[in-house]
Amino acid sequence: MKNLLALFGSLLLALGIILALSNNTLFPSFGEADLSDRVSDEYLTQDEIDALGSANIVTSIVVGYRGFDTLGEVTVLFISSLGVALLLGSSAKQKRLELNFKPNFMLRVGSRALFGFILLTGIYIILHGHLTPGGGFPGGTMIASSILLLYLADDQFRAKIKSFKILEGVSGSLYVIVGLLGLLLATYFMQNFLPVGTVGDLLSAGVIPIIYILIGLKVGSEISGIIDNFLTEEEAK
Amino acid sequence: MTMFDIISLVIGVLLIVIAFLAINSKKLIKAVLFLSALSMLSVVAFVLMKAPDVAITEAVIGSGLVTSLFVFTLLSVRRGESK
Repeated sequence: MKNLLALFGSLLLALGIILALSNNTLFPSFGEADLSDRVSDEYLTQDEIDALGSANIVTSIVVGYRGFDTLGEVTVLFISSLGVALLLGSSAKQKRLELNFKPNFMLRVGSRALFGFILLTGIYIILHGHLTPGGGFPGGTMIASSILLLYLADDQFRAKIKSFKILEGVSGSLYVIVGLLGLLLATYFMQNFLPVGTVGDLLSAGVIPIIYILIGLKVGSEISGIIDNFLTEEEAK
Repeated sequence: MTMFDIISLVIGVLLIVIAFLAINSKKLIKAVLFLSALSMLSVVAFVLMKAPDVAITEAVIGSGLVTSLFVFTLLSVRRGESK
């Protein structure tokens, strides 16, 4: 009875929200919003796209104009993985967590068959971040999911977690160094200092692909480290 | 009403119902699975709203990574309880 009442209440709330927004001049219906009074119009003109060289406008805003904010996002992820490592501990001496289930034949074979495809898709999404939707964050997470599949397939498997940490530190510092190079060779932090090339080519858009590859490596190694922390434990004394 | 409106309405109602089930289910593992279904449906909603960037991120993180981490945490907690 209580559940039914709560379900009815939430449906009523949803109906209220829909009715309040459907005839509102501040909330135009889908596809009819006038972009010129929301996003700054300059970012969407053809000249600006040619100047930055990225075919995907979301990427050109996230990494091109707002590269400093993306550095902040990467820092947030770094701090959260640091917190997980502090709580759960991460040393090479730890053993795999002994769970109640053993991986059966289907899980072992299926995980190993899918591992390569998922890894390749992640790399593709990172490399084509300036052309198609996606980029460093989803691609890096996809790489980490393929590592998770390896952990699922074999209950004794452990990734070389130390080299992941080195990779993470190196790519994070290189991201800052690329930004500082923009300050040195051009005028401001994170500015593009490489030739832009033709819009739509794989090798175009200046520093955006380089930054996305660094973000992808950093996010992938960080989340793989988090997965390793979750699935290991200290040896019982 | 066009086909687009009908599909988005059905997905919106399903999102609310599944979110409600995720909050209200008695078993924790069921709540995790409903949460996974919720993020899978919101991927469809994001694609309908023409935001493929957000959809890819939600598909990978929401229904892949977070669900598996929740399931592993539940498995290890249960193992600790049975000892």
